[in-house]
Amino acid sequence: MSTAAVTGKRRSTLRGASLPKWSPWAIGVGSIAVGLGISLAAGLDSSIQWALMAAVLFVLGTYVIAARVEGRRQAKDRVATSLVWVCFLLAVIPLASLVWETLKRGVKVFDVYFLTHSMGVVADTETGGGIYHAILGTLEQVGIATVIAVPIGVMTAVYLVEYGRGKLARAVTFFVDVMTGIPSIVAGLFVLSFWILILKMGYSGFAGSLALAILMMPVVVRSTEEMLKLVPNELREASLALGVPKWRTILKVVLPTSIGGITTGVMLAVARITGETAPVLLLVWGTNFINSDPFKDPQASLPLYIYQQYANSAGSGAAYDRAWAAALALIAFVMILNLVARGIARWKAPKTGR
Amino acid sequence: MDITIQNTDAPPPAHRPSAAEQKRAGRGATRPGDRIFLGLSRGSGIFLLVIMAAIAVFLTYRASLAISKDHGNFLTTFEWNTNLTPPVFGIAVLAFGTVVSSIIAMAIAVPVAVGIALFLTHYSPRRLAGPIAYVIDLLAAVPSIVYGLWGALVLVPHMDGLFGWLNDYLGWTGIFSWQGGAPRSLLTVGILLAIMILPIITNVSREVFRQVPQMHEEAALALGATRWEVIRMAVLPFGRSGVISASMLGLGRALGETMAVATVLSPTFDIQTSLLDPGGGTFAQNIASKFGEATDQGRDALIASGLVLFVITLLVNGAARVIIARRKEYSGANA
Amino acid sequence: MAKRIDVSGLTAYYGSHKAIEDISMSVEPRSVTAFIGPSGCGKSTFLRTLNRMHEVTSGGRVEGKVLLDNEDLYGAGVDPVAVRREVGMVFQRPNPFPTMSIFDNVAAGLRLNGNYKKSELNDVVERSLRGANLWNEVKDRLNKPGSGLSGGQQQRLCIARAIAVEPKVLLMDEPCSALDPISTLAIEDLIGELKERFTIVIVTHNMQQAARVSDRTAFFNLAAVGQPGRLIEIDETERIFSNPSVQATEDYISGRFG
Repeated sequence: MSTAAVTGKRRSTLRGASLPKWSPWAIGVGSIAVGLGISLAAGLDSSIQWALMAAVLFVLGTYVIAARVEGRRQAKDRVATSLVWVCFLLAVIPLASLVWETLKRGVKVFDVYFLTHSMGVVADTETGGGIYHAILGTLEQVGIATVIAVPIGVMTAVYLVEYGRGKLARAVTFFVDVMTGIPSIVAGLFVLSFWILILKMGYSGFAGSLALAILMMPVVVRSTEEMLKLVPNELREASLALGVPKWRTILKVVLPTSIGGITTGVMLAVARITGETAPVLLLVWGTNFINSDPFKDPQASLPLYIYQQYANSAGSGAAYDRAWAAALALIAFVMILNLVARGIARWKAPKTGR
Repeated sequence: MDITIQNTDAPPPAHRPSAAEQKRAGRGATRPGDRIFLGLSRGSGIFLLVIMAAIAVFLTYRASLAISKDHGNFLTTFEWNTNLTPPVFGIAVLAFGTVVSSIIAMAIAVPVAVGIALFLTHYSPRRLAGPIAYVIDLLAAVPSIVYGLWGALVLVPHMDGLFGWLNDYLGWTGIFSWQGGAPRSLLTVGILLAIMILPIITNVSREVFRQVPQMHEEAALALGATRWEVIRMAVLPFGRSGVISASMLGLGRALGETMAVATVLSPTFDIQTSLLDPGGGTFAQNIASKFGEATDQGRDALIASGLVLFVITLLVNGAARVIIARRKEYSGANA
Repeated sequence: MAKRIDVSGLTAYYGSHKAIEDISMSVEPRSVTAFIGPSGCGKSTFLRTLNRMHEVTSGGRVEGKVLLDNEDLYGAGVDPVAVRREVGMVFQRPNPFPTMSIFDNVAAGLRLNGNYKKSELNDVVERSLRGANLWNEVKDRLNKPGSGLSGGQQQRLCIARAIAVEPKVLLMDEPCSALDPISTLAIEDLIGELKERFTIVIVTHNMQQAARVSDRTAFFNLAAVGQPGRLIEIDETERIFSNPSVQATEDYISGRFG
């Protein structure tokens, strides 16, 4: 009788046996239950373990059940689907935890006092103090780096996209790629060897800015390049066909069309270098006092402040609290930068439709 | 035919252009404005090359000062005593730690990131994909020092359970045995690095997958492909070089990551067979940790190790470039 | 084994927008049916409902019935993947997989279903490429990427890819609109040959093309912009072009609008 049923089904080439819509949920719940059960039975207490076990069970279970009912191709499709979901869920956990912990622990000492005072008279293990000096230093260092890096980066991208043919362009493309991969600490060491050890300049915010600019340039080049490439050739040709010189075409047509994307790229680059700690550690050195002159003497910086509060405090709760609060401030700053960047991108985006 | 009419018809000036002018016209830079603009943009490109050259030259110079004084073997010595006279130091431990932690990070992060990217572009409900992609965009911007702080104070305490489990079931391999110390080991570092580079690889991969032309996916669908087969046929091949360059970005970050490693790892200058026992070190972490108390001689030694890191990242990027170039014929970007 | 299509009361939506409304028609096996009509009248949308490609677009959904040899494509338990295996499609712009060679492009559909021997694959690929009148042009460079071919060759490659899996029906969505006249002629000749084996439905903007290649022609129109498209009439091509029964058809064909 079952054979009859199967042949009856087989007659249709369009229909295949398929699992009901709720089956992924059922398999998922089942896997979690079994995972938890095994953990309880074996006396395992880490939540990571049962989650991993449930994930593995889910993927295997899906494959076996689907392969039996629906056939191999459909089973593969379902496994891919469940793997992709598992990837997503597993990755969400640490990233959500990062944001949550920073918020939870950061708000403890995060207030106006914290933002407007330095560490001038506060020992590392004491409560009190703030990040005013660090914010000031970071803003100055990042500002100078941006002023150096953006024009060079954008112009290089223009060269690569609008003029770039031949050996030089290929070399620049290649080394921009290579430069993207330069670890921040290597950029720091370069400025150290050149600016401090050979030219005998002292530690200063500006030295840090130089390293940050080196890190920022390739990022700006790459993102600008991408944006310029998105400008349709028809637009350039339309302008050139009107008799507009190439440089004016670039300035008046190409760059304005992509300005939203370029700005977004620049802001993301700024966000990236704002959080760089290593070059600042090597070149700006850090201080507990307010130093508003980026060209002379060590300055503080927000990421460096977090590191020093963590590393120099020997586990003191007060210092950890300050580190978390500074981390919160840093994240908030970076996020605001991101949000503004996106706002600009949307506002300046080429109008489509209508 | 009248000559004046011919002249007004033809865009170039009436007189016969010289060879040099023709060459310039071919490059599209005949006007002063064009020349200045080209000069500026080409100058910027050249400036970048000069910086790269300068990095190599200055690092090599300082490194050569240090290595010439080194009384150990720079490549094989398991020691970092730069303040001795004569100094004795070598990078073997650092190279090992850097490579191992990066391999762990890539092994975890790349598949997961590709999975998330596929999830966002092809699987998730449309209403969810936008906000999630947005959040991941933001996470890519979280500074590494924050990851470091989180890693040291939140992740490390949570690793005990996993380490115990690995030790129970895989301890016999030697690689996953655990003596019960604080789990500030290379494995923890690798996991933290994976979490850190996840957003950036995901982001770039998602961008690439999103750019797969609709018509290629429809071609696969029209052949009767399931969703996964569409991905295998049209999405992954199209996105492969993009995923490689995304991974390259991630690897670059993992190799050179300083602060997150410095906060999480409890470094010792030796090589542990087990990935679970604390110890080892990485180039970047070693520089950050030793810099504060280093003399000038010690700084040069650290610069020498930085040079090695620089060369490694250079090789990694170069290799990735070659892979991408080789695939270009099939990339279909211009199809 | 070509199959017939019977559509009854078909309405398709994009989200809340109704794109086509209440379409009923039959498509005879081993014949060429052309869809003509002004832009935006929903003929491409209707074509895409015939192999369930419409629902791939976000918000795309369908009401009504499409019977393929008396089996409803939209019936419960029908797998869209299986539907598309039976009903192949050729698109407006040639879309060979850019990462695959010419050979792999043609073999792509076959490789989905299980393991073929190399020799079997070779046979099918050669047969399909011959069927698409492309074999002589590409037999020496089967391992080169398909994107290196000319537009017309790419389109014939896509046809070869579509017929390699032996579908019952072949849908063509303005297959010549991106091609030059000579390539167009080559495709039109090919359509004439293919109708011996397949049921062919072709959407075209070019009325001469419809007149040249099709046996039956369906005229679609819409009352106004934003209104859903409707089937005005379907008849023998000869009759549609000489003596249509609806005035709007005659107006369109004689170039009075559209």
